[in-house]
Amino acid sequence: MQELLRRYGISLSVIMVAMTAFWLLALVVIPNLVLFKFSFRLYLPVDQLGGPNDVYTLKNYATFFESPIHINVFFSTILYSSFVTAICLAITYPLAYILAKVLKSTDTATFFLVLLVPLWVSEILRSFAWFIILSMQGPLNAVLLGIGIIDKPIRWITGFQSVIVGLVYAYILFMLFPIYNAISALDTNQIEASEDLGASMWRTHWRVIIPHSKPGIASGCVMVFMLCAGSVIVPTTLASTNSRWFTEIIQQWMFEGLDWNTGSAYAFLLLALCIIFVSLVMRILNVRLVDIAK
Amino acid sequence: MSEDVQLSKICMDFGSFRAVNNVDVTIKPGEFFSFLGPSGCGKTTILRLISGFMEPTEGSVKIGGKDMKGIRPNARPTALIFQNLALFPLMPVWENITFGLEVRGVPKAQRRAKAEELLQLVDLHDSADKRISQLSGGQKQRVAIARALAVEPKVMLLDEPLSALDLKLRQHMRAELRAIQKRTGVTFIYITHDQGEALAMSDRVGVMSQGILQQVATPQEIYNNPVNGFVASFVGENNVFVGTVKGKSGDIATFETAKGQFNARLGANVSVGDTTKLFVRPEFCTLQKTASKSANSIAVEVTEIAFEGNFVNVFVRDESGDTHMVQVQNDPSIPTPALHSKAHMIFDPQSCMILSEATDTRSGH
Ligand SMILES: Nc1ncnc2c1ncn2[C@@H]1O[C@H](COP(=O)(O)OP(=O)(O)OP(=O)(O)O)[C@@H](O)[C@H]1O
Ligand SMILES: [Mg+2]
Repeated sequence: MQELLRRYGISLSVIMVAMTAFWLLALVVIPNLVLFKFSFRLYLPVDQLGGPNDVYTLKNYATFFESPIHINVFFSTILYSSFVTAICLAITYPLAYILAKVLKSTDTATFFLVLLVPLWVSEILRSFAWFIILSMQGPLNAVLLGIGIIDKPIRWITGFQSVIVGLVYAYILFMLFPIYNAISALDTNQIEASEDLGASMWRTHWRVIIPHSKPGIASGCVMVFMLCAGSVIVPTTLASTNSRWFTEIIQQWMFEGLDWNTGSAYAFLLLALCIIFVSLVMRILNVRLVDIAK
Repeated sequence: MSEDVQLSKICMDFGSFRAVNNVDVTIKPGEFFSFLGPSGCGKTTILRLISGFMEPTEGSVKIGGKDMKGIRPNARPTALIFQNLALFPLMPVWENITFGLEVRGVPKAQRRAKAEELLQLVDLHDSADKRISQLSGGQKQRVAIARALAVEPKVMLLDEPLSALDLKLRQHMRAELRAIQKRTGVTFIYITHDQGEALAMSDRVGVMSQGILQQVATPQEIYNNPVNGFVASFVGENNVFVGTVKGKSGDIATFETAKGQFNARLGANVSVGDTTKLFVRPEFCTLQKTASKSANSIAVEVTEIAFEGNFVNVFVRDESGDTHMVQVQNDPSIPTPALHSKAHMIFDPQSCMILSEATDTRSGH
């Protein structure tokens, strides 16, 4: 804060702080508070608003617990989000290690550029690209048929598999960067010391590199998990009729049912349950929130 | 318990740059051997070649007679102590020390006992459960030594392990390291750019310059009979005179300089007619009122006196304006020369040497 004042002077500092505060308040806090209030009110016809039925109630939240279908969708959302998180971790950890410790730094720069270019395209287009790739007459089936691995096209977009592919693709970089940063920060001599003392490569990863990069791994996992559970575009583009995502139900309440009250109750439930789930997992894996912030 | 290390004509290239050039030396079992040289001369590279993090471009590394080609560091009978120690900050002290045993599948109780034993050895009691960040520099040093000793290496490799410590602790750790080496009998290969350290600790010293091993000898030999100008000037102080070798009788040659004619021992690779340098240590020089007939002498004026405690450095200037140094023991019964007094700097032909420059550097490559 002192530094800010010294560098930019009083008026500029005030403007910057005010703009940040405005952004937080007007665009994040207030809308959420409004929705939060909504979630405790009933969805009523206009003429009953302010009337005797317009009371604070937990009925919207109860709706969720009374609907086995919605509970079911919630659990599959958690399950498949965890699944996506695990896949991202499995792909990213070796990649991050290679980028951070094996490749020369000039190669690493090129690699990151190549990874980042797809981010310039919007998420909806990227999901749609997968829709095209995975469709019955799409390039994936064409290639597989062409090289003779399969003899009739496979229906990829069914169940959760296409959603998983889409989510992994959409959020994998959110896993890569924190882990890459964590491993980069590890002194290479530690890896060499471990090897010099007789450790195999696996042992070195298990005892030296993974413990060191645990905060990075944890923050990557939390980010990917939360993004997946809250994703709308990927599931709506790539899900089929037999795979529904919890966000789709929220969307249904809000835009098809026009019932913003139940919709916001569901949204807050998703948030709360995800936070509980993440904290539980973190407790089990013995990671603290402060480690992640570092 | 210990093994010899045989480096046969090893070269190491990084691209077109030759960091280690034709190093050929055998380090004996149980020896304390130091590589001494200025920064960037290839010392760390040699250690990494022995420990297996690099393979030499040419030549071979043998440990206990066995060629190490293709053997990874985790399968070599060496333990490396890194310049920055590279202790594992997330493990307590005792797990650090026994990490090498853990990877060999030694049960926990046994490991714990071994850690306590090694902590005794390095004089670090009651620290088994401390975190690395709770230790002082010297204590970390000892943990690093204990960690390396735990795997019972045949050869211990140390990359300037004392350079981060302050002077007092460094001197203490020198003695300590030497004692540990004697007690365990392990071959120690020690790297340093500190000549005092190398001379004080080693059985033999290898002096390096630009990837080339200039001389391998005992500390006394290195100091008293350097093979060339590089070794003479890297190890210890010198007064240097430029001139030409005129004649030779026995091992004493006459050396013609702008400041007069001197007699001196003739080093290897120098012959009559060569223009080169004469080196004489400051402690072999004395100041006298009169010129000497038998020894070399040069008329000088005292310009500065630096009292160093146990000895005194007297700086003198000759008639052509060059400064030389004379080192005398601090002895209150002998008066130190007065500032600006005239005197003669005397040095014996047996205690000075005519030497060539360093052994040819990279031009041969
Ligand atoms: N991996 C590498 N790639 C390219 N050049 C290298 C590499 N490692 C070392 N060098 C070069 O080889 C030379 C010797 O390096 P080395 O680290 O062995 O020096 P050193 O004697 O240990 O020096 P210091 O006392 O500063 O540690 C240096 O000029 C260095 O730049
Ligand atoms: Mg070095």
